[in-house]
Amino acid sequence: MASLITCPHCGIRPKEEFSIRGDARPVRPAPEAKFAAWDAYVHSRDNVRGVMEEHWQHVGGCRRWLVVERNTLTHDVHGVTDAADYTRARAASASRAGTKGRVANATKRRGNI
Amino acid sequence: MSFSRFENGGRIDRSRPIGFSFDGKRLEGFAGDTLASALLANGISLMGRSFKYHRPRGLTSGGASEPNALVTLGDGATREPNLRASMVALREGLVAESQNRWPSLGFDVGAVNQMLSPFLGAGFYYKTFMWPASLWEKLYEPLIRRAAGLGRASHATDAQAYEKRWAHCDLLVIGSGPAGLMAALAAARAGAGVVLCDENAGFGGRLLKDRVEIGDADGPGFAASLIAELASSPNVRLLSTTTVFGAYDSGVFGAVERRDGAESGPAQRVWRIVAKRAVLAAGAEERPLVFGGNDRPGVMMASTMRGLLNAQAIRPGDHVAVFATGPSGHETARDLVKRGLEVTVLDTRAAIPAPELAASDGARLLKGHVVADALGGKAVTGVDVVEPASGKRETIKIDALAMAGGWSPVVGLACHRGDKPVWDEGTGMFLPPKERDGLSTAGSAAGVLDLAGCLKSGAEAGARAASDLGFKPRKAEIPVVREVCGGSTGFATLWHVAEAKGKAFVDFQNDVTVSDLGLAVREGYGHVELAKRYTTTGMATDQGKLSNVNAIGILAESRGLTPDQVGTTTFRPFYTPVSIGALAGAHRGAQYRPVRRSPLHGWAEKHGAVLIEAGAWMRASHFPREGETDWKQACDRETLAVRARVGISDASTLGKIDLAGRDAAKFLDLIYTGKMSTLAIGKARYGLMLREDGLLMDDGTVSRLAGSHYLITTTTAAAAEAMAHLEFCAQALWPELDVRLVSVTDQWAQITIAGPQSREVLARIVDADLSADAVPFLAVREVALHSGLAARLFRISFSGELAFELAVPARHGAAVADAIMEAGEPFGIVPYGLEALNVMRIEKGFITHAEIDGRTTPGDLGLARMVSSTKDDFIGRVMLSRAGLQCEDRAQLVGLRPVKPAHRILAGAHLLMPGTDPSMANDQGHVTSACWSPHLNSTIALAMLKRGRERQGESLMVWDGLRGIETEVTVGSPVALEGAGEGAAMSGRAVEPVVAQAPGTPDWLGAAGTIVADQVTLSQLPDAPVCLVSGPLAKAAAVRRVAKAGDGLVRKLQPGQALAVGDAGESFAALAERLGAPDGLSLCDLSDARVRFSLSGPAAADIIATQSGIETRASVFKAGASAPTLFGHVPVQLTRLGGDSFEIMAFATYAQDLAHSLTRAIALSH
Repeated sequence: MASLITCPHCGIRPKEEFSIRGDARPVRPAPEAKFAAWDAYVHSRDNVRGVMEEHWQHVGGCRRWLVVERNTLTHDVHGVTDAADYTRARAASASRAGTKGRVANATKRRGNI
Repeated sequence: MSFSRFENGGRIDRSRPIGFSFDGKRLEGFAGDTLASALLANGISLMGRSFKYHRPRGLTSGGASEPNALVTLGDGATREPNLRASMVALREGLVAESQNRWPSLGFDVGAVNQMLSPFLGAGFYYKTFMWPASLWEKLYEPLIRRAAGLGRASHATDAQAYEKRWAHCDLLVIGSGPAGLMAALAAARAGAGVVLCDENAGFGGRLLKDRVEIGDADGPGFAASLIAELASSPNVRLLSTTTVFGAYDSGVFGAVERRDGAESGPAQRVWRIVAKRAVLAAGAEERPLVFGGNDRPGVMMASTMRGLLNAQAIRPGDHVAVFATGPSGHETARDLVKRGLEVTVLDTRAAIPAPELAASDGARLLKGHVVADALGGKAVTGVDVVEPASGKRETIKIDALAMAGGWSPVVGLACHRGDKPVWDEGTGMFLPPKERDGLSTAGSAAGVLDLAGCLKSGAEAGARAASDLGFKPRKAEIPVVREVCGGSTGFATLWHVAEAKGKAFVDFQNDVTVSDLGLAVREGYGHVELAKRYTTTGMATDQGKLSNVNAIGILAESRGLTPDQVGTTTFRPFYTPVSIGALAGAHRGAQYRPVRRSPLHGWAEKHGAVLIEAGAWMRASHFPREGETDWKQACDRETLAVRARVGISDASTLGKIDLAGRDAAKFLDLIYTGKMSTLAIGKARYGLMLREDGLLMDDGTVSRLAGSHYLITTTTAAAAEAMAHLEFCAQALWPELDVRLVSVTDQWAQITIAGPQSREVLARIVDADLSADAVPFLAVREVALHSGLAARLFRISFSGELAFELAVPARHGAAVADAIMEAGEPFGIVPYGLEALNVMRIEKGFITHAEIDGRTTPGDLGLARMVSSTKDDFIGRVMLSRAGLQCEDRAQLVGLRPVKPAHRILAGAHLLMPGTDPSMANDQGHVTSACWSPHLNSTIALAMLKRGRERQGESLMVWDGLRGIETEVTVGSPVALEGAGEGAAMSGRAVEPVVAQAPGTPDWLGAAGTIVADQVTLSQLPDAPVCLVSGPLAKAAAVRRVAKAGDGLVRKLQPGQALAVGDAGESFAALAERLGAPDGLSLCDLSDARVRFSLSGPAAADIIATQSGIETRASVFKAGASAPTLFGHVPVQLTRLGGDSFEIMAFATYAQDLAHSLTRAIALSH
């Protein structure tokens, strides 16, 4: 775990101010999506060795949910974005790609090294 | 002649004698002594017994790496074992004890292990004590554990105070020897913020121990001038007796500052240092030589002996031998000769550079010789010397032996991030890995062994760090140095002396010998990691600081490899041992974690409540009366009183979340299983939240206060989890929705009035029609009390009786509760606690988190009707439809009654069919909640039972193997007690109003309202209205603008949320009016939810650094800056009012806890 996180709203803070939810890549399927998509969303997680994007909440600070891109091996943090911006950006890119946020696409990419 | 002290010389202050004791003996030393040097001055060279063989041991390396001179300091609650005598500065009254000996250090029975040594070789416990296997746990292991080991910890509670503190800097310099001092100075002169740590009591490193000439100063003089300049720089923090123990990612370093003997302040302080750059200038360890008896007291490193001689005037004896492979031996010989001692130098080298020869002129020199064995018992008395080339042997009588086996750079911290040191065949040293994450090495730690080189390397490293960060360092002036031994630095590598006859120790602390390593290789454990574990070399408190390099060399030699092929083991924090107490800091005992106090905390105490820890809170468990001998009597009485008449209890701990925004209703429909969007204004509804996997997360109520303004309540237990969940949904799942969530738990005191006569009691308090028509079940009303106070009234019940919850601003809570007690007095009102509340809800079959246990669905708990079948989406909808969560075979909520009503049942017990064995296969379910019902005169219980709903009337066995309970029960409905509900109508008696008193302001800092210390003042700020301004993200700028209209400061929480503070004495309404928020923004009153303190003075930032990792340097956190952060475990809003004056805005329920933490920190800051 990284020792310091740069919150986009609050600046550099120790990790003790944050709580971690887990992988940020899986996208919540549409209500009418197939059961398999829901099953994957709720239950399937990769155990990433390397770079991954995670949902962290700055619970001891601004209380915003963030997406922290970090390396599980080296603890390096590559970027921190507000989760709302992240969700919007991914929805936009998904609709550009015409996939409308399909889970298959969302879970495909893993930054393994 | 043994060790003693010269009559003159040294850097000790002979005018300041210091009394101390060692093993009960009163002794005297001087200011400037360490415990080790004072013992030697008193002729004591035997300081401890070894780990396994109980061999006599004395001072060996004399620094952080000291493996042998370990002592226990203090006694009782301050007792601390395994301290290195060399690292303990002598102080008056110091009580030290030797370790691992019985009955005494001089006569130790455990020394018999030496004779057993053929059985105690490496890994003996894997082999020797194998049979019979049953004896291992009972006999062998306890015996071995008792016999082995170091000092023993105290069993008393540690009485010392500890502190943790953050520090932020541009450059951290680790080590204050020649390189460290120059690095710190170069960066400090350029204007960088520097922290300089040294684990010794004084700064200067070897400059204080060696006779050197730098410019026209000696070592100590040169160091003093540099330290004086650093000390006078405002951008430099000097930390002595501070060991940097870990290098972590993001430039975070851990350090522990020992403050032994300090008059005030903490005993130890753990620093977390955030450094943009770091220079490791930790120097190098002199390498021991491995020959027979190299562990005898009186055998020590040449540099150690030299340092003791020069700094503390320690006289090692009349005749000293120096076993050398390089210049350090000759330098030591020079200093000994200058002091008039008889010196014999044995050098492994046949050809010795001329400057070294010149240095040791006056000593007897034996070239091409080695020491095969050191002789003696409790002290070294002689050496057997061999000339390997000729095989010629000689025995020389000596009083002490110095060994100079070359140097090993102290590279540990440079390797904590995972890199390995690099073997350099040319110099025979492991050098640090290349710079990583801003951590570079300088001086001997980087393998530079000459003094001029160290000064230059340090200055360059400091200047480079400064210039990397945008500072403009000047070119360093390196003073002219007259090098000892002419700057000759090379040494010969000698891993061990083949001619040795006695035990030759590689790892002193673990009693690992050359032959143990040989055994490891022969038995297939030659890999460096395996050899470490097989022989224990490199383990224990010194972590192989002295032994590792020799062990690698010996493994390499016996495996026919080079040291780099063998490689090193992994370097990890901690560099030296750190006590658990220091790492815990302030967070232990009552401060282990923060405790939230309800606004009715004091009120409950006043009424004799027994307060218990319940989740994050202290809550009233029951209110015993005189004559009641246990909690159950009080609980029964309270329960009966509520059902028969009326009771009052505190519901303030429920999570309360204010929800506003255009899409609030839509959001609620996505969160709850039921359709909340149809809720009418002025009504409340019970709701269930699921996790996305379809299982229950929490239950609670939603009240619609106005158009798109709701109040959500959660259970006390899941309040934090539920809030984080709602925020996740709002921010990460559906950011397009306009919803604003704010916790208002601290804002409201929520008081439950329950029982058939609750309406009549409440009528005396609330100025409103309370009839069932005006306030029906699940009604929500804004009401005024007879005192005029605006309040919220909810007709909600958790007891099954007629009940109301009255919410008033927190500061009014106690006064209103008092008024209710007064109003209820004619009705026989009782305060009731958690126990009675629990009994009443079990009687009615209401669920809590005993039933919502992460495995249950709404259907399991008989709440399937609360799941909407018309909504197309809500959290958990899809997964709840899974066959496994819908099948009829699941455990379902039922009620249980024992056939013998008095039989006890406890939660956690299992259910079995009568006559079946307790087994997983036969398990029918489990009891979730149980209690004694005074109404039914029976034990009752709730349970999850397989297909429970269709098994009403069936007989089962409750089996509680843990507590030895087995009793027969009958399955029934979860609702054990039917009836009640509407309660009595108003009797028609005239209502005599009771007017609640105006509340006082709580004094969180005591009556004075302020804590004043030398450098800092803490005060409670006067009451002023606090308003949360919130709006959609798109209107974040407008939110800030509105908030600024309060007192001119924007206390930003997050985009779209900011706090406005009004003037002292101003009302919230006046502030809200003044803020003039445009449409689309919401204002939420948090005046009662926050308490403001001011912290000011030169030490204010230091106090903040004991609580929070936020950087408060004025250049970063400017006047008017404001940010939410954690103080300890408590959330606060920190604002710089200007200069060194800060405002700390705390949650009211944490105010007591925070006031305590700050007061403690200030008390320790002296």
